[in-house]
This record gives sequence, structure tokens and C-alpha cells, in this order.
Amino acid sequence: MAVAARAASLAREGWQGLRYRLEALTGAVLWALVVGFLLGTAVSSPENFAIGLVVGSVYALAALGLTLLYGVLRFAHFAHGDLMMLGGYLAYFALTGIVVGARRDTQLPAALDSLPGATSRLGDLTFGYGLVLAALVSCAVLALLCIGLDRAIYRPLRQRRAGIVIFAVASLGVAIAARSLMLLVWGPNPRLYVEGVFPAHRFPFGVQLKSDQVFTLAVAVALAGLVYLLLFRTRLGKAMRAMADNPDLARVSGIATEGVVIRTWALGGALMAVAGVLLALQAQLNPQLGFVVLLPVFAGAILGGIGNPLGALLGALVVAVAQEASVGWELFGRQLDPTYKPGVAFVILIVMLLLRPRGLLGAKT
Amino acid sequence: MRRPGRWVTLLAFLAVTAAVVIMPAERSGWDWGGVLSFLTAFATTVAIYSLFTLGLNVQWGYAGVFNFGVVAFFMLGAYTAAAFTKEPAAGGFDSYVGGLGPKLSLPLFQSEQWLPFLIGAAMAALMCGVLAYLLSFPALRLREDYLAIATIGIAELMRNVVVAERGLVNSERGLKGIPRPFYQSFVPDDYQYFYFLLALVALALVFLAVERAVRSPWGRVLRALREDETATAACGKDVTSFRRQAFVVGAMIMGFGGAVYAYERGAVSPDTFTHFAGTFIFWAMLIVGGSGNNQGAVLGAYIVWGLWIISLQLLGYPLPEALRTRIFYIRDLLLGVLLVAVLLLRPQGLLPEERRVSIWVERLLRRPPAPERAGARPVADRAPEA
Repeated sequence: MAVAARAASLAREGWQGLRYRLEALTGAVLWALVVGFLLGTAVSSPENFAIGLVVGSVYALAALGLTLLYGVLRFAHFAHGDLMMLGGYLAYFALTGIVVGARRDTQLPAALDSLPGATSRLGDLTFGYGLVLAALVSCAVLALLCIGLDRAIYRPLRQRRAGIVIFAVASLGVAIAARSLMLLVWGPNPRLYVEGVFPAHRFPFGVQLKSDQVFTLAVAVALAGLVYLLLFRTRLGKAMRAMADNPDLARVSGIATEGVVIRTWALGGALMAVAGVLLALQAQLNPQLGFVVLLPVFAGAILGGIGNPLGALLGALVVAVAQEASVGWELFGRQLDPTYKPGVAFVILIVMLLLRPRGLLGAKT
Repeated sequence: MRRPGRWVTLLAFLAVTAAVVIMPAERSGWDWGGVLSFLTAFATTVAIYSLFTLGLNVQWGYAGVFNFGVVAFFMLGAYTAAAFTKEPAAGGFDSYVGGLGPKLSLPLFQSEQWLPFLIGAAMAALMCGVLAYLLSFPALRLREDYLAIATIGIAELMRNVVVAERGLVNSERGLKGIPRPFYQSFVPDDYQYFYFLLALVALALVFLAVERAVRSPWGRVLRALREDETATAACGKDVTSFRRQAFVVGAMIMGFGGAVYAYERGAVSPDTFTHFAGTFIFWAMLIVGGSGNNQGAVLGAYIVWGLWIISLQLLGYPLPEALRTRIFYIRDLLLGVLLVAVLLLRPQGLLPEERRVSIWVERLLRRPPAPERAGARPVADRAPEA
């Protein structure tokens, strides 16, 4: 009797009910896969896991900015990677004052590194306090630039109620312009904040990390904590979350939505700049790198659930660890070619979009 | 047919045309033969790129399918056609699949001169259609921006595959020495004129087919679902299926364009298929020309490629070294700015979309008013601004 009633209720629920049940199931399975994968990688190749954590913390900061912009403005910001790289270059410029000249680099007479002791290494890091100041300058400039771009481009589009696609195409235009600007001002050759080779520290389980990488991890954790406090402990954060939940409701509740938009851009710009500087510390300054990191950053944001800040952190971490660990994977009896690193992010993205477009923690849409 | 700001369109067209004609003429010392050869090369590229903008127009302009990975289809089409028509791989540093072209010859008129190319182009279109079809299942259920990211991803993955799978299409070295249709029948110097005609015919066929398609009930459903998906679904149309069809048809046109590109260049290599030169530029062309208008798609290709060529021509003039080394960056910067400026100032593009696209209504409008209905208002007057 109970079985018949159960069957009848299932039949009433029909296909939709089945889909919800399936989705709950895929959610659980995906969570198990993600946790299992992270633990498995941490145990089987701790060295890749550690590098993945470092790269992931850079991605996480970028994905955090991306997901906040997505939540408040509701469009996919395709200029994120390139503006992030621009942030790295702005810090470089503030630090060294170098731009590329006709034949060789030209340099401003004074920049932050001409301050006394600005380049002497902080503890075991490769850079001095000059770079920290330069990063702060870059944060401010990029935040202002983002606000300016919003005033000039995105606000008119918002007022016209343009579709999300138009926003995305406009941000693609911004991305191309930003990349060309970097090539124009600093040239195509990669640059480094500090030249030289620095030894890595040995940690247990064969993990080797440089001081800068540990620093990157620490900065990312600290900033993620600050953003968390901002979102969940301040009025601005409340307003941002309200806008992400329901922009119209936020507006009629008396939230000054344009003000929130400006602050979101400022926050997003500052996060982009820090992520750009950390990326350059981790790899190098290279105008082409902006578009390369865009895909894993998006994949991370979508994996966690786009619009969801905690999800962005988790998703970015998973994507980065998967990319780093993929180098050791064997597929069809041979080593996976390292060229496939960006492809790993894409595969994660597609699987996620197929099985659970809301992401692990649920998207704010 | 009055549209505000048509003079902008005319001015842009004339300015680009003047620059593209006069700059090489002046540089070559008014050698018109050289100019003709230059203009043919220019027009061939415009014709080929127009194929991509037309394909993108079917996807985005009409159906609102947001494909940010045009380069994936560009690459797949070009590589398929190239690998199909080339001779079998020699081995060693030269390894790829395919190489079926020379085996194809039927007792028809010079069949080895055209049959492999025709089949190669068809294969290219088919492969792109299959890729789009497969991709549409995960991607088309999603919102537009997710689709954009997914298409960027597939483009990235395809370049990874091409480079990493050594035996597939010769990895980083690319495919060189792709044969060209009817190449033996011409003096090498004259061949480009022939190929231009060929590309023009290809463009004309695709253009007419697309025009006809969007003026059919099928095209109207696409436009309807672009404007309001819910309303279209409420009218009983299978929205996902129509979007899939548009995505596949657009991708097949792009694949065909890739084949025409490969035969024209005679070589393909992975580093030419960047997001910038393979996706962004087509978006810029379509947005500048006017998305939703096939003539606009072709005009956009003409204008944007004209600007591109002008920047190349500028290199022939005595410029300061600092400017010279950076002219391409300035060009790319201006292209980005141009795209944003068009979106802000003239979102409909140079040639805006026509309000009414239907061969039946157009025929009705052309028909003179019937005598017995002389008292009624003429049909033509009823037409609002079209």
C-alpha cells in the first residue's frame, strides 16, 4: 500500500520531480568528487597540490572580483583577465617608471624604487616595500579606471537597458583595448618586478615553495577574509548582496544602486590589481597572459556558482589544482601533454555546465 | 527608406575605399597594375571574411546565439579542408591524417582540379556542423554569457588538441603546400584574379542562401526567439531546436569560410588562429556593419579589413621609429575603441536591421495597387518606415 502511494506521488511529481531529485543527487556526487579530488591530489602529489593552491589563490582573487561584478551588474566581464594584467603593469610602472622606448626602455627620473630602501628585500621575499606601495597605487588607479569605464561605457548601456550580450561584447572591446595598451606602453617582451633566481624552501612531503608563493597564499587568504567581512558585516556588503539577489527590489528598498555599482567596480578593480601583481610575481608580466587566465577564472567562478563569493574561492582553487595536477595524469596510456593545461579548465567548465549550471554552492541569478 | 545617419555609412565606405585605393597607388608610383593586384588580394580577403561574418550573423544577428569562439570553427574548417586535399603525409617531420585529395579523380572534366576542393569544403562545413551540433547540447540550454564562455573554451581546447596531438595535423608546424583549385590552368600571377572570382561566387551563393533563409518563416522564428524567447515558445515553437539549427547553420558557413581561407593561403598553422584574429575581428566586423543585416555583415568586413590594411600600408611611409614598431598595437587599440564606440553611439551598426523581412510582404509591396481597390489606401503608403 505504501509502495503504491509512493509510486502515485512520484507519478504526480512527474519528470520535474525526478529532475529535482537527480539534481540533488548530482550535487552530492559532484561535492564528493571535488572533495575526493582535492584530498586525492593532496595525498598523491603534494607538490602539485601546493603549487595549485598558490595559483588557485591568484585565480581566486580574480574570480572573487568577477563574481561580485557578475552578481551586482549581471554581466560576464570579459575584460577581467586583461585589466588584471594591466594592474600588474601599473604596479611595475609605479615601481620602476619604465616604459618601452623606440629602441630600448626609457625610464622616468624617479619612481617608487628610488625611495630609500624600497628595493631591499623584505625578509626572504624577492621584493622590498616599494612593490607593496606600487601595488597599492595600482589598486587605486585600476579602481578609478574601472569606475571611469563604467561611467563611460557600462552605465549608458545600463540606462539603455541593453542586453547582457551587448555588455559582454563591450567588455571584449575593453579587453582588446587594454591588451593593446599594454603592448603599446610596455612592449611584447615579458617583464619581471625583480630579476634573478631565488631558491625555494623545502616543506614536508616534498613540497617546495618560494617565499613569494607563500606570500601570495597569505595575501589571498587575508583579502578573501576582508572581502568576506565587507560582504557580511557592513551595510555596503548588505546592499551588494541585496542587489545580487534582486536589483529591482533593492532599488525600491531605497538602496542607491548606482552608488553600490561604483563601489563594486572599485572593489573589483582593486582585487584585479592585486591578482595581477600576484600573478606577475608567480609567473611574469606578459600582455598575452590576461586572456589565458580568463578561462580558468571563469571556470572557477562558474564551478562555485557564479555570483557566489565563497563559491568563487572554492571553484578557483579546484580549477587551479586540477590544472597543476593534470601534468602528471595519464590518459590512454600516455602522459597528458602540458599543452592541455588550459583545456582542463574548459573540461571542468563544460562538465559543470552540463550537470549543474548553478555551481557547487548555487548561483545568484 | 530614409534612415537617420545614412551619410555616416556612406562616408565610412567612401573614406575606406579612397584610402585603400590611393595609398598603394601613391606608394607604388601610380602603377595601376600593381594596385589592381593589391586590391584583388584585399577584396578576396574581404570576401572570405564576409563568409564568417555572415555565419556569425545567422547565429547572433538573427537567432541571438552568442558564439565567442568563431575561431574554433574557423580553425576546424581550415584544417579539415587542408588535411583533406593535401597529399598523404610524407612521415618524419610531416605527419597528419587525411591526404585523400589526390586519390579523388573521376572521369569528369578535369575532376582532380576541382573535385577534392569541393569535397574538402563540404567536409569542412560538415565537421563544423557536427561540432556545433554536439556543442549545442550542453551549451544552448544555458544563458548567453555561459554560452560565450563555453565557446571560448572549445576554441582554446581545439588549439590545444592541434598543438599537442603530434600526428593529427602536424602540430605547431602547421600544414603547408595546400593545393589550390585550377592552379595548373593559370599563370601564377593571374591566379589570384581567378581565385577572387571563386571567392566572390562562394560569397554570393552563401549571401543569397542566407538572405533567402532569413526572409522565410524559419528566419522569422529565429528573429522572434531572439526578441522574446518565452513568447516564441508560447507560440508553439521549439526554441532550443531553432537555436540549435541557427548555431549549426552558422557554424557550417564558418567551416566553409575556413576551407576557402585555407585554399587561398595555401598554408595553415595554429598560431594564426588566435582569439583576436579569429573571433574578435569578426565580432567587430559584424557590430560595425550592423548585426541582423547581411549587407551590413559584408560592409562591416569591408570597413574593418580596410582599416586593417590601411595600418599595414602606413608602414610603407616614413614614420618615426617609435610609431612604426607599434602601429599594430595602435591598430588593435583603435579596433577595441571602435567596437565600444559603435556599441555606444550607433548600436544598430552602419546598416541597421530591416524591420520587415519577408519575401511575401516585399512582393506585395512591389505589386501595383489593384484597380478595383483604387479607393483604398495604396499598400505602399501603409508601410511604416521599413
